[in-house]
Amino acid sequence: MTSQKKCPQERPLSPHLQIYRPQLTSVMSITHRMTGVVLFVGMIMVVVGLCAVACGAESFRFFSGFSMSLAGQAILAGFLWSFYYHMGNGVRHLIWDTGRGFDLKTVYAGGWVVVGASLLLTVLTWFAAGEVLAIKEGLMNGR
Amino acid sequence: MAGSDLRTPVSRACGLGSAKSGTAHWWAQRVTAIALFPLMIFLLSTGIIYGLGSYQDALKWLSYPAVSVGMIVFLVAGFYHAMLGLRVILEDYVHQEGLKIGLIILVNFICFVSAVTGIFSVLKIALS
Repeated sequence: MTSQKKCPQERPLSPHLQIYRPQLTSVMSITHRMTGVVLFVGMIMVVVGLCAVACGAESFRFFSGFSMSLAGQAILAGFLWSFYYHMGNGVRHLIWDTGRGFDLKTVYAGGWVVVGASLLLTVLTWFAAGEVLAIKEGLMNGR
Repeated sequence: MAGSDLRTPVSRACGLGSAKSGTAHWWAQRVTAIALFPLMIFLLSTGIIYGLGSYQDALKWLSYPAVSVGMIVFLVAGFYHAMLGLRVILEDYVHQEGLKIGLIILVNFICFVSAVTGIFSVLKIALS
């Protein structure tokens, strides 16, 4: 599709999304873009969180309360996975930038590593955070 | 290949000019990505270990100089990285020139104001 200002004549376009079978490569590419947008929203949430801390205990309680709710936890998990996926695939992109790893076998292998690692790291981080909170709660209750 | 002026056929058909600066964008995207990699690992790990829990925990974690500085660098590099990425997305999917430019400017403003707000909050916490 061309810019309507720069190109007054509508140029024809071959069908692409309608006929091309989804593959790991294309799906991972668009997912990288989508997680990027999600992380942009996540960064705004980080700023909101920083403001909550800066504005005092009351605003922090509100922010913390929402984070601990079911919706908040689901959103956090989503952000966490998006982060690990985007970072992992980002490293894959940086490796491509050095000129390495363009053969199809490596592309697919690396792709599956990124998908697997993102899920694993999300689960591990989730458990670690849970443990930290449990330990802190235990200390507060004077175990 | 027809034509000796090194232009693609579609560019000649549409009368498009040069693509202006792309290399600087590409490079800045990589540099911010490289910076963000260790930075995010640092902030995420220290945040979970020290920052989770009560308001005092959060306050204390953000007041560590390494965390305050790290958070500010994260806000700058992160929002710049996001800004560049979103710009490419808008350029890919928005084809009305006026709307495209307007949205790119809007995204730039959102990223800039968010980064400054975040930096202000961190300084407010760390310097109080």
